[in-house]
Amino acid sequence: MTVKLPIYMDNHATTQVDPRVLDAMLPYLQGVFGNAASRNHSFGWAAREAVERGREQVADLLGASPKEIVFTSGATESDNLAILGGARFSQKKGKHIITTAIEHKAVLDSCHQLEKEGFEVTYLPVDDQGRVRIEDFQAAIRPDTVLASVMLANNEIGVIEPVAEIGAICREHGILFHIDAVQGLGRIPFSVQSVPCDMVSVSAHKMYGPKGVGALYVRRGRPRVRIEPIIHGGGHERGMRSGTLAVHQIVGLGMAAQVAKEELESGGVDRIRAMRDRMWARLQENLPELYLNGSWEQRLPNNLNISFAYVEGEAMMMAIKDVAVSSGSACTSASLEPSYVLRALGVDVELAHTSIRFGLGRFTTDAEVDYVIDLVTDKVRWLRDMSPLWEMVQEGIDIKSIEWAAH
Amino acid sequence: MAYSDKLLDHYENPRNMGSMDKNADDVGTGLVGAPACGDVMKLQLLINDDGIIEDAKFKTFGCGSAIASSSLVTEMVKGKSVEFAEQLENGAIAQELALPPVKIHCSVLAEDAIKAALADYRRKQAAKAAANQA
Ligand SMILES: Cc1ncc(COP(=O)(O)O)c(C=O)c1O
Repeated sequence: MTVKLPIYMDNHATTQVDPRVLDAMLPYLQGVFGNAASRNHSFGWAAREAVERGREQVADLLGASPKEIVFTSGATESDNLAILGGARFSQKKGKHIITTAIEHKAVLDSCHQLEKEGFEVTYLPVDDQGRVRIEDFQAAIRPDTVLASVMLANNEIGVIEPVAEIGAICREHGILFHIDAVQGLGRIPFSVQSVPCDMVSVSAHKMYGPKGVGALYVRRGRPRVRIEPIIHGGGHERGMRSGTLAVHQIVGLGMAAQVAKEELESGGVDRIRAMRDRMWARLQENLPELYLNGSWEQRLPNNLNISFAYVEGEAMMMAIKDVAVSSGSACTSASLEPSYVLRALGVDVELAHTSIRFGLGRFTTDAEVDYVIDLVTDKVRWLRDMSPLWEMVQEGIDIKSIEWAAH
Repeated sequence: MAYSDKLLDHYENPRNMGSMDKNADDVGTGLVGAPACGDVMKLQLLINDDGIIEDAKFKTFGCGSAIASSSLVTEMVKGKSVEFAEQLENGAIAQELALPPVKIHCSVLAEDAIKAALADYRRKQAAKAAANQA
C-alpha cells in the first residue's frame, strides 16, 4: 500500500482540524456573525446560543458544569490566567507556589513573572521515569503555599503525572491546584469529578480543533475559586476574561471536545495505541541501542520519545524529512542545550541530542506507521555507519573514557 | 531551516565516508568535537612522502550541516598538498555550503579536524624519524 508524503507524526505540536469540527464552524464564518454579548437582537442570540453549546461540550469533556468554563485564546493564556490570576488573588494568604521542572513554558514563564512580583517558586524535580514523586510534593508544601501547578501529561515525553494524588494533597492543605491538561485531553480519560483540582487548562488545537482558542476550567464549588483577571475590558466571561467571544473558534473547540470524548469512548484511541505499540516493538527488533525516554506504563497512548544512540537528532530529522517529527536536540550555536525536559529526567546530554519525538494521531494510518518503521530503521543504520561514535563502540572503546574537548 | 542544494547534496550523498587504519604511519587522524555538544568529527588523511594528501575519509556524528561540512572538506583537500590543507579556513567551507549563521560552528569543527589530523600525522612522522635514528 502506498502512502502519501509527507507524513505527519508531530501531533504534540498541533493536530489537524477534524472535518466534523470544520463543518460545525463554517456557518459561523459564513452567515452567523453576531456578537454573543448583543442581548437585543437575533444575531446576538444566535451567537450566544452557539457559545453556550460550546461551553456545554467543553464542560462535558471535563466532567464539569458549563458555568465553570472560561474561554481564552489558547492554553498559553489559560496557564497565565490560572497561575498569575490565582496567585495574585491569594497573595494575602501567602506567596509560595509549587510546580515542576518539566512544565510547558507557558507555566514556567508565568511562575518566573510571579518571582519578579515577590513570590517564591519551588520547581520540583522528576524521577528517571519523568514523574513527580508524591513525597517531594508533600515535602515542598509550606504554610504560605497558595498555588500548585502540575501537568496532566508532558508534551515531549508524554508521561502522565500523578495529578489525582497531588490534587488530594492540595485539597487537604487548602492549596489551589491547577492542571495543564492540554496534552492529555482526548487521549486519556480525565474528569474533574475524580481528580480534585481547581483550574484546568484546555487547548483546542491539540485535540483536532482550531488554533487560537482554549479554555480554563475554574471550579465553582465550595469554597469557590477566585482569580484576578489578566485581561481587562468589558467584563465578559464573568469578569475573568474580557474580550468579544470568538464564536466560530468556540464552536470549533466545543465540537473538538465532543468528538474527543466520543473517540475515547468508541475505541479510536485504542487504535492509535496499537499502532504506537507496534512501532516501538518493531523498531526495537530492527535496531539495537534504542532508549525510550520516560515511563512506558504511565504514558500517553500516542507518544514515543526515543533516543537513537550515536545518531544526532537533527541529522535524523533531515534523513527522514518526509516524516514530520521533532527532536530534543538543539544543534545551534545559540543553544547547545538539549531539551530541559530530558535533562530533568537525568537523560545524558549525549543521549538527549539523539532523541526524536513521534506523536501519532487520529489521522495516522497503519500504512504510514509501516513506512516510518522501515524508513527510520534504514536511516538509523545509515547514520550509524557514518557515526565515529558508533564505530568506536563497535571497537569496544568506552566513549565516556575519552576526554572530549568542549567547544 | 532552509539549506542550500549543495549542502543537501553533501548530506544525502556524502563523499569519502569511511575509515582508514588509524595505526598506519602515513595516516593522520583528527577527532574533534564532543558528544555532549551534539557533534563529533573524525577526519583521516593519507599522506604520501611528497606531502600530497592521497586520500581523505570522514565519519561524523552531528547535524546535517556538520556531516556536509566534513564531506566537503574531504573533497577540498584530496589530491592537495599538506600546505594547502594547513591554510584551509572555515570561511571557505561555510561559504561553499551557504551555512546559516547558527551552523557556522560546523565549519569551524571541520577546520579543527583538518588541523588535528595533520598534527597527528606529524607526530607519527616525528616518532618514526626518532625510531629510525635510534
Ligand atoms: C502542555 C502544553 N501547555 C500549553 C500549551 C500552549 O497551548 P496553546 O498553543 O493553545 O497556547 C501547549 C502547546 O504548545 C502544551 O503542549
